[in-house]
Amino acid sequence: MIAMNNHAEVIIIGGGVIGCATAYNLAKKGVKSIVLEKYEIGYGGSSRNGGGVRQSARDPRELPLAMYGVEHLWPQLSEELGVDVEYCQKGNLRLAKTEAHLKILETLVESSRSSGLDVGMIGGDEARKICPYMSDEVIGASWCPTDGHANPMLTTLAFYKKARELGVRFITGENVREIRKLKGQARQVITDETIYEGDIILLAAGYESRAIANTVGIDIPVQRILLEALVTEVQPRMFDQMLGTAAADFYGHQAKHGSFVFGGSTGLEPYISEQYAPVTSSLTASSTCRGIIKYFPVLKDAKIVRTWAGWIDECADHVAVIDRVEEVPGLVLACGFSGHGFGISPTVGLLLSELVMNTAPTLDLSALRYNRFKAKA
Amino acid sequence: MSKVVDRSRDLGPFIPHNDDELIICRCEEITKGEIRKAVRDGMYNLTEIKRYLRTGMGLCQGQTCSRFVRSIVAKELGLSPVELDLTSARSPARPIEMQTYSNEVW
Repeated sequence: MIAMNNHAEVIIIGGGVIGCATAYNLAKKGVKSIVLEKYEIGYGGSSRNGGGVRQSARDPRELPLAMYGVEHLWPQLSEELGVDVEYCQKGNLRLAKTEAHLKILETLVESSRSSGLDVGMIGGDEARKICPYMSDEVIGASWCPTDGHANPMLTTLAFYKKARELGVRFITGENVREIRKLKGQARQVITDETIYEGDIILLAAGYESRAIANTVGIDIPVQRILLEALVTEVQPRMFDQMLGTAAADFYGHQAKHGSFVFGGSTGLEPYISEQYAPVTSSLTASSTCRGIIKYFPVLKDAKIVRTWAGWIDECADHVAVIDRVEEVPGLVLACGFSGHGFGISPTVGLLLSELVMNTAPTLDLSALRYNRFKAKA
Repeated sequence: MSKVVDRSRDLGPFIPHNDDELIICRCEEITKGEIRKAVRDGMYNLTEIKRYLRTGMGLCQGQTCSRFVRSIVAKELGLSPVELDLTSARSPARPIEMQTYSNEVW
């Protein structure tokens, strides 16, 4: 017997930015949902990313989602949600110091341009005109003027706050054990404490989506990878661009608050990360700092006040799964965002609300199907 | 004890207090009233309060205010302060210049 208030049209597993954005979009259309979260709102990658609202260097399969969000959703998101999500649209510079770097960037630029994105290559001096603080070692960059950044923690909480105000029920501390089918249809969500029931179940639980999907016989090739971020004390206002490098040794931006938020990795994460919790390694912040100083020597005296880490859900082909599951009617999947789900989250929330309601999606999602993964031979 | 928290609990109307203007987080200048309102906005634990308001994100990393913030949030929710976990302590313990931090090599 399911308790009356444990029933809703939609049960969403995962209270990250994807789950919260979808709950909000559904509520706007009058569809009630219950969101179940194991820890706290935005526990996973939603609170542990660099905040990029970036179209450049996106895989062509998800680029349309990023472009749609930048054109239609991000500009008015703060107003719509009633919380300043610190969206800043002042462009993205991806920096090169060597000829090999330039080659990497040229390939990325070509790919994005063929999908209709306004992005191009610029020389070192031109890049320094946009952002005067970078080292003379920078010999070129890709430049996408419509890219930007926002605050991922506030964005996640803003979607949560607004959805909650619209009547969405959020329950934290609920550990989902399995999805159960009734008459061939995904209907029940079994937690450590109780059972929830819905007409549609949306699974958006980061890397843990795999184990939960396994309980209805669906396997999505996602694994967790540790990413780390760091933040400096407040600095004088220096620049507004989102930054990345061809070498991928760091990325980041100056937040509205004045501190610089940078992310980075050592490349050793899959092999040396702690297994019991997403904790920072003694190597990563130092490595990220070395990367930053090479491009921005002016920041060498900026003080780091905090570092933190989180697990992203990395998909086998580095692009998310957003789909209805044919074999399990009633189950919708949204996982494997691979560390770049934040920038597309407003679009994904809209698209998932359409998938859940079984209406025609605003954008074609056929490249993001769950059954696209094939063995080598 | 179950950690399950229904975020739609009715906390009753927000009643202003005389000391709502009191600064609790000195580094980021967050007042008691802002913390109390954030709980009404749905921020039911100290991590969410931190991400929403920046309490404890400044130079002292919450070493000064985290217990004050905890008792204010606990009171709003009708809990004992010990029922709320403090936020995770983050490295470095004190602010360190990037150049110094960058010296550490495996």
